[in-house]
Amino acid sequence: MLDSAQVLHVARLARLEFTDVEIEKLAGELSKVLDHIEKISELDLDGVEPTSHVVDVVNALRPDEPEPSLPREVALASAPDPVDGGFGVPSPGAA
Amino acid sequence: MSELIDLSAAEAAKLTRAGELDRAELFDAYRARAAADELNAFTWVAEAAPDGDGVNGSPLGGVPLAVKDLFCTEGVPSQAGSRILEGYRPPYTATVVAQLAAAGAPLLGKTNQDEFAMGSSNENSAYGPVLNPWDRTRVPGGSSGGSAAAVAAGLAPWAIGTDTGGSIRQPAALCGIVGLKPTYGACSRFGMIAFASSLDQAGPLTRDVTDAALLLRHMIGHDARDSTSLPFPGEIAEPAAEDLRGIRLGVPDELAGDGVEAGVLESFRATLALAERLGATVEPCTLPHAPHALSAYYLIAPAEASANLARYDGVRYGLRVDAPDLISMYTRTRSAGFGPEVKRRIMLGTYALSSGYYDAYYGTAQKVRTMISEDFRAAFERFDFIVTPTSPWTAFELGAKTADPLAMYLNDFCTVPMPLAGIPAISIPSGLSDGLPVGFQLAGPAFSESRLLDAAFALEQAIGFDGSAARR
Repeated sequence: MLDSAQVLHVARLARLEFTDVEIEKLAGELSKVLDHIEKISELDLDGVEPTSHVVDVVNALRPDEPEPSLPREVALASAPDPVDGGFGVPSPGAA
Repeated sequence: MSELIDLSAAEAAKLTRAGELDRAELFDAYRARAAADELNAFTWVAEAAPDGDGVNGSPLGGVPLAVKDLFCTEGVPSQAGSRILEGYRPPYTATVVAQLAAAGAPLLGKTNQDEFAMGSSNENSAYGPVLNPWDRTRVPGGSSGGSAAAVAAGLAPWAIGTDTGGSIRQPAALCGIVGLKPTYGACSRFGMIAFASSLDQAGPLTRDVTDAALLLRHMIGHDARDSTSLPFPGEIAEPAAEDLRGIRLGVPDELAGDGVEAGVLESFRATLALAERLGATVEPCTLPHAPHALSAYYLIAPAEASANLARYDGVRYGLRVDAPDLISMYTRTRSAGFGPEVKRRIMLGTYALSSGYYDAYYGTAQKVRTMISEDFRAAFERFDFIVTPTSPWTAFELGAKTADPLAMYLNDFCTVPMPLAGIPAISIPSGLSDGLPVGFQLAGPAFSESRLLDAAFALEQAIGFDGSAARR
């Protein structure tokens, strides 16, 4: 069961903001989904290795050879605020 | 022109290669249909065929391709169904799209989808829902709903989509076409806008099994830009099997009984009987952990999504909502740009990965994933393929399940076990139930695509499904 305070905490971690009404609704929806999901805690999984990836490949390395990258103006073409050949952002400490 | 639309993609390619059909005429016929789309299947349609894109001898013969919007296409909008990427034109093209274009399948258009591929009904698109061509009051399935509807309605000869928990197979089933999710690693993920990286795979959505094999042949292969892609052992052969003699089909109790609609079960059982007449043996089997696959999936996929979608921060591309400081800019941008389902999954994934809960949720889900792979491994010692209904339901009405996220998630229980195990699976139409298409799913061991397509082909020929009613 998730309460509104937990939802608010997770929202802060995820860089999302919600109205009070949305928080309330999310708490209900997420709790219902988690109730269903929590059935897996009943399984006996002692000694089972976790699978992070199904492909049997470890450390697929390639030679470290420089290749041309995107031209700067192309990389910046979709930027909301290109500044002096870089990505402009508001100051981290302005608030 | 209607005769052109009646040709399968492989038939059309054969004619253009032989010089009996003009590529430009074929492209224009489909372009006109895609541009007049009333299903909201397309989010962008090409103005004209790209010129000089290959010779008449190219293997795919210039037969135009519809591409799910989450594949990056250079200079062409690639919005992944999201407001946060509205108007985004990437500086590069996804490897599979480039491979298909090089093989002679030029880009016809980009297709609508659930936002960031999160959904089973295509109702989560920021660009509006797609309508099912069999009944426009119903959903086409999702998340590759635009690709499925476009192919079923004859607005595109063939299409590609992506499958994370069923996003190719389920809409293929609900629209009465063929959809194949390849083995994880068979196709490059480079340039595919990521949802859950350990599960996402590109694959074909086509009118028939032969078209699926032809398209897949040119999608596979190792890509230096995706270190999880693998060299495919052998070629994808043109399917030709006439029967199923010697083929052992396993029917898992867990995925082919409870929770499946009566009309779907009826079509499923009729297909099993047909398989037996074609020489296959059909026996019950068990995948003991399959009932927990949905839970593992709805932890792993949102967890990976919450990390992948952290990149949408208003800095380098896409939407930005201005704010006086950086954190507020991130938060406002993401809150305005993501839709409700994407936010829900980011929240679920962030919670599952958060301090104190990681082992209980994500860690446990990864262990369940191991057990699901083990279940399949054991089953494939006795059976060539595991068969199930693709979706427990036929196409449902728009809005019928949007109020209850859990009910929508439960739609996926037949399709999520396979991507968790990384194995390939195909859905073919097995008939109609109350006038709506039903999908039959076959799953095989990793890299068994050619055998899978062969078996699906033999079944398809025997079923004789006629999808022409949806191509008006």
